[in-house]
Amino acid sequence: MNTDLIVAVIVSAIAYGTPLVLAGLGELLAERSGVLNLGVEGMMLMGAVTGFFVSQQLGGPGWAVLIVAMIMAAVAGALMALIHAFLSITVRVNQIVSGLALTIFAGMAGLSSYAGQVWGIGGQHGLHQLTRVDLFGLGEIPVIGPILFDQDPFVYLSWGLVVLVAWYLYRTRTGLYLRAVGESPRSADAMGINVTRYRYVHTTVGGALAGLGGAYFTLAIAPIWTDGLTAGAGWIAIALVIFAFWRPDVLLLGAYLFGALSSLGFTLQAHGVQMPSEFFSSLPYLMTVVVLAGASTTLARRRIGTPASLGVPYVREEG
Amino acid sequence: MSIHVEAGPASAESATAGLVPAVAAIGVTKRFAGGVVANDRVSFDARRGEVHALLGENGAGKTTLCNILTGLYHPDEGEIQVDGSPVRLHSPHEAQRSGIFMVHQHLSLVDSLTVAENVVLGWSRHRGLRYTPRQVEAEISEIAARYQMQVDPHARIWQLSLGERQRIDILKALYRDARILILDEPTTVLTPAETEQLFSSVHEMVAAGRSVVFISHKLPEVLAIANRITILRKGRSVTTVDAAGVDVRELARLMVGHDMPAGRVRRAAAGSGTPPADQRGVLELERVCADGDFGIQVLHDVSLSVRPGEILGIAGVAGNGQRELAEVIAGLRAHSRGAIRLDGAELHGGDPRAAINRGVAYVPEDRMGTGVSPSLSVTENLMLKSYRRDAPHAGPVLLMDRADAQSVALMEQFDIRSRGPHALVRQLSGGNVQKVVLARELSSQPRVLVAASPTRGLDVGATEYVHGVLVDSARRGVGIMLISEDLDEIVELSDRIAVLYEGRVVGIVDAAQASYEQLGMMMAGAA
Repeated sequence: MNTDLIVAVIVSAIAYGTPLVLAGLGELLAERSGVLNLGVEGMMLMGAVTGFFVSQQLGGPGWAVLIVAMIMAAVAGALMALIHAFLSITVRVNQIVSGLALTIFAGMAGLSSYAGQVWGIGGQHGLHQLTRVDLFGLGEIPVIGPILFDQDPFVYLSWGLVVLVAWYLYRTRTGLYLRAVGESPRSADAMGINVTRYRYVHTTVGGALAGLGGAYFTLAIAPIWTDGLTAGAGWIAIALVIFAFWRPDVLLLGAYLFGALSSLGFTLQAHGVQMPSEFFSSLPYLMTVVVLAGASTTLARRRIGTPASLGVPYVREEG
Repeated sequence: MSIHVEAGPASAESATAGLVPAVAAIGVTKRFAGGVVANDRVSFDARRGEVHALLGENGAGKTTLCNILTGLYHPDEGEIQVDGSPVRLHSPHEAQRSGIFMVHQHLSLVDSLTVAENVVLGWSRHRGLRYTPRQVEAEISEIAARYQMQVDPHARIWQLSLGERQRIDILKALYRDARILILDEPTTVLTPAETEQLFSSVHEMVAAGRSVVFISHKLPEVLAIANRITILRKGRSVTTVDAAGVDVRELARLMVGHDMPAGRVRRAAAGSGTPPADQRGVLELERVCADGDFGIQVLHDVSLSVRPGEILGIAGVAGNGQRELAEVIAGLRAHSRGAIRLDGAELHGGDPRAAINRGVAYVPEDRMGTGVSPSLSVTENLMLKSYRRDAPHAGPVLLMDRADAQSVALMEQFDIRSRGPHALVRQLSGGNVQKVVLARELSSQPRVLVAASPTRGLDVGATEYVHGVLVDSARRGVGIMLISEDLDEIVELSDRIAVLYEGRVVGIVDAAQASYEQLGMMMAGAA
């Protein structure tokens, strides 16, 4: 293997991993508060279609259009998550059912497809696409240049968010309270922490990040809209959170590992390595199964990671 | 059980400091749905710098009173005063703002967080968004030193023993500058050495002008730590006495309403007909070892034998391997070494169905989780063990009408009160749930019954009923292993008593000859 190939694999791993980083961070925040959000896939699709639609409609300088598109994609994801929050926190519907329902509702042949059709954006070629920004002209440096300093703004944003979330979780009081809410809502409540508010806020912010992750597909990877284009990335993001032991730093590496698996087929083909593409495109999903199976056995023994109240609605017992 | 504490009651001058009590309950009444009056015009007051004990048996209303003091319940009548002015406490958080903190029996700490993180949870001395572990850790160490507590601020809660966790809960209150600390049965989870440490911390607290409300049903420790004692009986505050002016016998009389040692009948002492010692055990454990939930060995060479018609009591402080022992016998946990024999034939581990078929009945500690399936009906729960063989069926089809008829008969026999055989078990009271479990387990004609904490959380009537069922079954020749943290229960019911300490049997004594002192020492690992 030559260096070019390795760099190419890493660069495309980052490209394919970035939506996973964003959606995974969102899921991580929700799960840290004790809310399991299986609606990530649906939220990503809504983000993708909304972001693309907005970018097609608005006039003005490209960068401004794209920023507005990203914000609207986040809003779309957040609104979806708000539904999930209401159902699972206030009404205390089973979180798995609520999340699945949202993914089916918004997913392929659902709301996102409908929106794509009504807005007539299917098959349109995108007018705007996020392009790489060569930071300080350092992109020319061999190997690390293209990896670290020649990425699109989404990638830099995702790195910033990883640092921010890690700092938030471990070095702020709100982050500490968040972890307590996810671990033991009863204790948190007894300490005067508003469990409901923490869960709402983090589920909604998580949905916004999922929407942003979805928009990465239509605003950065390829500026077109097709039904169900996230192709299960939302599910991978959920597996990723478990894989990462609910830690943002590990999540970043995991996302790129999954990204590498997703893109390995194309990258190797482009470099003349012959392998059946179906094999490669099945790899991330295979990995997901392996991760979920492995995590459920080892995690049970290690008492790190899984927020203890994950998926359990909180009811304050009154005498 | 006797606990020897060097230090006497806190100094007399601190006890009388301040005429306005720090906290007072005045005529507090609390009724629950179903007409239960948990507190009936209860009054007491704790002065500044005083240890005030609330003494009473289980069900005397101590916990309800505490829940009122900490804002969990609201009194139907009467009021709570802090520093002489009435307060309305709507939540634990509000109580804390009035300076009232409770150290719970079920400690309210977050397992996966560190000590320091738990201490600043919900309230910090520092404003702003940032959480700086180092600063908090230093503050914690300082408080710990002042109150003579050993604490590692970096440790995670799940790594700590129950006694250490309690210390953290107290520390948390002190960090928030609690003025009134309520300690609810604090010594239940403590070794004698830890109890002594706790008592010296309590002395430091009252010396610093704080008040401690000390809840207990253990007479010697109440005498050792309290300045004044309020006795609760059947939801009423009977009287308040100076600790210096009473002795154990007097307190016992006030607490129970009659002289305790004479009133209690020991089954063994009453001559229930202990089977001859040479009779072979129906259940025999030989050097059984087993691992706990986290892969650490918790049972070490446990050898026990339960004879037919005998109640073997297993005493011990919670968490010394009792749950694992019960699970090993019931086939829910595989043993790693040793042998379990039923009627002389080996019972292989980790196979609950084999255990059931061989005649092991099991009343689990976790009633709602393991004992019953709460969302199924009474009939369905009664059938849970017999559906494979004895349930009325036609081919693979269960005949529910006949099953209902069977369960009605069992409900009558075991006095299970519910709306009928179709009532869901989760709608039943704790006592009736336990009766469902007992009815199911005993209707299978078992050889052996393992009962783990069978009366925990039950009211007096249900407790007596369960005791009656156990004694009856023993009389009919079932070998019974009674595992309980309630030493009174063990002593009253058992023929012999084995004491578990750190997963080992430290001794087996004849109940007729056992003394609380001796058992207490063994439970604490001191004998």
